[in-house]
Amino acid sequence: MTPHELSNAVSALRPRLLSFARLQLRDASSAEDAVQEALLAATLHVGQFQGASAAATWVFAILKNKIIDEFRRRSRQPQADADIGQEQEFAEALEEQFDERGHWAVRPAAWADPQASLEQKRFWEVFEVCISGLPEKPARVFGMRELLGMETEEICKELGLSTSNCWVLLHRARLGLRDCLSRRWFGEN
Amino acid sequence: MLSCREETELMSQRFERPLSFGERFGLRVHLLFCKGCRATLRHFMFLQTATRAWRERHDQDSTPR
Repeated sequence: MTPHELSNAVSALRPRLLSFARLQLRDASSAEDAVQEALLAATLHVGQFQGASAAATWVFAILKNKIIDEFRRRSRQPQADADIGQEQEFAEALEEQFDERGHWAVRPAAWADPQASLEQKRFWEVFEVCISGLPEKPARVFGMRELLGMETEEICKELGLSTSNCWVLLHRARLGLRDCLSRRWFGEN
Repeated sequence: MLSCREETELMSQRFERPLSFGERFGLRVHLLFCKGCRATLRHFMFLQTATRAWRERHDQDSTPR
């Protein structure tokens, strides 16, 4: 592969990189910036890659680091009032799934053949809608955990959260996503 | 016995840390009797499968096609 072909191959990753960054950063322009920086870094190092696959792995690793940098930056900023409000409402809505003794107020129903959903394009649209619907903080911790595949300990450290706080946010994110998928996907099938 | 709410916390933490023997035992007994929590555990497991699949669709086998 010539350097020219290689850099074309890397540029061809752009849509996937963008969609990867957009779901996590939740705003098109920071996603655009992160992808731009990752691609630029790859162009500068194009000579050192053995092939397109190695280059792609490298670009994704750079992009992940850019995303984490952005998360770290955001976590140091004071939280907007609107975010705090949204997070509180979200936590309260989750509590309503339980009665005052902590038992199910409405018993969650099993999902029919969830595995088959993974093959459906429309499922992935709903999946992204549900993730985007989570408040910023639980979405960030859940995204770092499951979309970036980081260890919990590392996430807490990056974001300056206590371990138990991380667990609470992950628990809320999971309950929230389950609720959203139940209503918006598995309910209608 | 823990409430369903508390058990869901453990079911979530199960993905973050190994549960203690007592926690595992309590959860197992609870699940025997609680259909809602059994469904929830499967939902949480599916969330992990789905997020992994999402990640793979993007960054693994990242060879440009």
